[in-house]
Amino acid sequence: MQRFEYHRAADTAAAIALAARAPEPHYLGGGTNLVDLMRENIERPRTIIDVTALSSAIEARPDGGILIGAGAKNTAVAEHRAIRERFPMLARAILAGASAQIRNMATVGGNLLQRTRCYYFYDDAAHCNKRKPGTGCDAVEGFNRIHAILGASPSCVATHPSDMCVALAALDAIVHVEGPGGRRSLPFGAFHRLPGDRPDLETALGPAELITAVELPAGAAGLRSTYRKVRDRASYAFALVSVAAALRIEDGKLAEVRLALGGVAHKPWRAATAEAALRGKPAGADAFRAAAEAELAAARPLSGNAFKIELAKRTIAATLSELAGARP
Amino acid sequence: MSALAQTSWRPDGASDPLATRHGLIGAPVSRIDGPLKVAGQARFAAEVSMPGLLHAGFVYSSVARGRIKAIDTAAAEALPGVALVMTHRNAPRMKPPALFGTTPEAAGASDLPIMQDAEIHWNGQTVAVVLAETREQAEEAAALVAVEYESLPAVTAFAAAKAHAHPPESVLGEPAVLEIGDAEAALAAAAVKVDLTFTTPRQNHNAIELHAATIAWEGDRLTIHDASQLVTMTAATIAQVFDLDPKQVRVLSPYVGGGFGGKCLWDHQILGAAAARLAGRPVRVVLSREGVFRLVGGRTQTEQRVALAATADGKLDALIHTGVAAMTAHNACPEQFTFPARHLYAARTFKLVQQVAEMDMLANTFMRAPGESIGTFALECAIDELAEKLGADPVAFRRGIEPEKDPTSSHEFSTRHLNEAYAAGAERFGWAKRSATPRARRDGEWLIGMGCATGTYPYYRMPGGAARITLTADGRARVAAAAHEMGMGTATVQSQVAAERLGLPLDRVSFALGDTELPPSPVAGGSNQTAAIGAAVIAAHTELVKALLKLAGNASPLAGLSTDEVEGRDAGLGKRGDAARFESYASILRRAGRDEVTVQAEAPMPLELQKWSMHSTAAQFCEVRVSESTGEVRVARFLGSFDCGRILNAKTARSQFRGGIVMGLGLALTEETLFDERSGRIVNATMAEYHVPVHLDVPEIEVIWTDIPDPRTPMGARGIGEIGITGVGAAVANAVYNATGKRIRDLPITLDKLL
Repeated sequence: MQRFEYHRAADTAAAIALAARAPEPHYLGGGTNLVDLMRENIERPRTIIDVTALSSAIEARPDGGILIGAGAKNTAVAEHRAIRERFPMLARAILAGASAQIRNMATVGGNLLQRTRCYYFYDDAAHCNKRKPGTGCDAVEGFNRIHAILGASPSCVATHPSDMCVALAALDAIVHVEGPGGRRSLPFGAFHRLPGDRPDLETALGPAELITAVELPAGAAGLRSTYRKVRDRASYAFALVSVAAALRIEDGKLAEVRLALGGVAHKPWRAATAEAALRGKPAGADAFRAAAEAELAAARPLSGNAFKIELAKRTIAATLSELAGARP
Repeated sequence: MSALAQTSWRPDGASDPLATRHGLIGAPVSRIDGPLKVAGQARFAAEVSMPGLLHAGFVYSSVARGRIKAIDTAAAEALPGVALVMTHRNAPRMKPPALFGTTPEAAGASDLPIMQDAEIHWNGQTVAVVLAETREQAEEAAALVAVEYESLPAVTAFAAAKAHAHPPESVLGEPAVLEIGDAEAALAAAAVKVDLTFTTPRQNHNAIELHAATIAWEGDRLTIHDASQLVTMTAATIAQVFDLDPKQVRVLSPYVGGGFGGKCLWDHQILGAAAARLAGRPVRVVLSREGVFRLVGGRTQTEQRVALAATADGKLDALIHTGVAAMTAHNACPEQFTFPARHLYAARTFKLVQQVAEMDMLANTFMRAPGESIGTFALECAIDELAEKLGADPVAFRRGIEPEKDPTSSHEFSTRHLNEAYAAGAERFGWAKRSATPRARRDGEWLIGMGCATGTYPYYRMPGGAARITLTADGRARVAAAAHEMGMGTATVQSQVAAERLGLPLDRVSFALGDTELPPSPVAGGSNQTAAIGAAVIAAHTELVKALLKLAGNASPLAGLSTDEVEGRDAGLGKRGDAARFESYASILRRAGRDEVTVQAEAPMPLELQKWSMHSTAAQFCEVRVSESTGEVRVARFLGSFDCGRILNAKTARSQFRGGIVMGLGLALTEETLFDERSGRIVNATMAEYHVPVHLDVPEIEVIWTDIPDPRTPMGARGIGEIGITGVGAAVANAVYNATGKRIRDLPITLDKLL
């Protein structure tokens, strides 16, 4: 780990002001990912700005929406009554990730900024365009069983590791940020980037911009929803494929469908094609499988992860069937 | 006939009387080191403090084969707190460590020179060690050492290495090739047969405790606080490396946070000692998890063939088990995967061939049940497949090929009760409810299946152990041997055994270990430590009884009795079978005017192993649930039924069996060290991406045992540290087949193989 200066920010404005002028700054939330990366010499900030003292409030609004301060701990979000009632998929997604100890430390803002778990990103001796732009990608021809099948580029085939973000993608969350240029709000789908030829750029955040809150709009509140994560052991492993799904069925037809995938792309993958294919159709196993096929038509396997395409289709179909079947 | 059991290896010899005694033998005594560990007061190697301590940071090579062209340490040396950077240019001159097995005391996991030249032999080899005032400074500085390599062609692909595979000179002293009759001809002629290929990946031990050593020189005397499962051999080998007398090296290791074969002598202790000598200050080495993957070898990968031919009446006409293990030219671990097939089943013909394929990689090493763990995976899956072809129940089929004596050595078994273990296990597990047809049971999307497999592990007793007993006039005994406590309860069990042998209450007996100033011990490996110490304590006890009878003299009720006629009981010595002739230890010592008496003796050579075929066996039963949607496998139930002679402590034994089974579940389902064949580099050198089972992966595990004493071993016991992992891979794989109809012959059984 490279030595660094540590600052604890008293408020958002002070944090941003410091980040704008300090050498090689990095905001620190729970540190559950950043500190690991620093120990491995992958992240080498010179200035650490601890923002955990900033907002961690969870505000349930009368309209059905919820505003979550960026400093809220994952555990606090997953256990919050309004979140469990209005957005059960989010609570389930959070509880499917990491361990209780890590969730007790990890923050919502930090969760959005998790780095990939690609083996070669983590190994300083490997070639990685994300870690060192222009050096190549050892994963394309190497161990890529856990890598992307959707939206990848020749530069980078890494996946985003978060579970929580998959649910946020499905829920059309809004990311509130503040930076030297003021405040702005980003739709969740526009927050994370696909790799293209700049896999080192992972989000739409500008220099010194800080996530201040994540908003769950009322629109998806109260839907029957769930999160299913498929992984190599029963707990404490990143998703090979995960599915966040929400449904509303009226007169046997799918009045509303929200679907997002994890473990398949450089960003949480909103399955818009499948959603469109299902909207207004009768709920049923065949329709679910067909929608999954449509979504994965664009999938491109690497040497070691072709199974993920079929796994994603099956997991989508099984999750939607379970949701539809569980309808009272 | 000897009451003290020094002759149990002889056909006419008597068993250890403890083999059939109860009392403390087998009692579920809690670990005596438990309270210390719970309170954080057990001091591990990385926690020893010393004034002036420096901390080590390691720099690992990023090429598999080549030479260091240039190494720039200036930036590292310039950082505050850095004392020195050691490279091949300034490291002290050292001899390569003698390779394990080349002499009785050799502990080298590899016999390559350590930091003596610019040569790189594997991707991950240490090229520099930084010493600094804090670990953080050392690690920061290590990252600043810039190394330029000249790469040389390296063999880092198993397929390429396999093209030059050859049988090693021996496989741990056994022939690499063993043929009885013409097995290939029998296979070719058989009507019912299987001929299958199995592949198993690299695995790493991943003990919770990272490898650590705190090291200090005082002149030419070297003290190493190590995390070690072979203290005596480590001291001897380090002495050889630094040209010292073995008496000048002291290794202490009272507690080890998990060993599994991995806590032996590797480069980090030697580099730490070299750097400490260079700095003239004590040094603490604590490898990072990545460092453990780079510097400490694991289980190697194998490709195995098992071919079995059946006769019409369900016997084996041919048993063929051959294969190749990846290895380096500089280590001693050919992964003895054909060993189970040498002893488990009766067959008319055998062909057992072990080959090794040399690669440019970190030396592979012993990992819990080396050979037997993955050898039973291949053999026991093949047995299951053959039983199915014969339309036989796999338990019944195995009963039909149970040998009367060792099928390849023709020695009598010391004891063997596999059939009893199977019967008891099958009954308790509910094996009769299994459907012979795959895919017959389901619960929603989850297919349910049952499988079983045989586990086996040899009885070993390594020579070279000794023990000391000090008996005091207040009726207490202190027993001591260099020995090792890696979490299995060594001191607890040895205290129980010694108390029972001496006829003392447990709280009057202590057992000291983990220090080369105590009488020497062989490696805590091969599941041999309990027997090795047990034999040494028997020898010391004989000496103690001799000494006590002498001290007792003619005034004692024991006068005229020989050592063979007496036993320890009721805190004294008594004539066997005669309650009247007895004198307490306190009385004997008091009359002799002695505060205490101390004896030390060496264990006899393990001649029992030359006379008998000595193996533990187990019947492992597993029930799995497999998602038809995703291929996820969940183990729902597991039962291990063991025949390991007498069980000395029901509580610690159960825990050790369970631990072995849990590790077997990892072997079956999740564990794989990813070795990038382009670079020869391990890419998942982290607990996040090397998947050991977590709590949710581990179901209720039931453990039962026969408890039938082995008349040829100390205490009637055979080792139990490793057998738990054996057979588990096959039991899981066979259960997965029963659930899904899919035979997976490539470990680990990850969900992609079941889609």
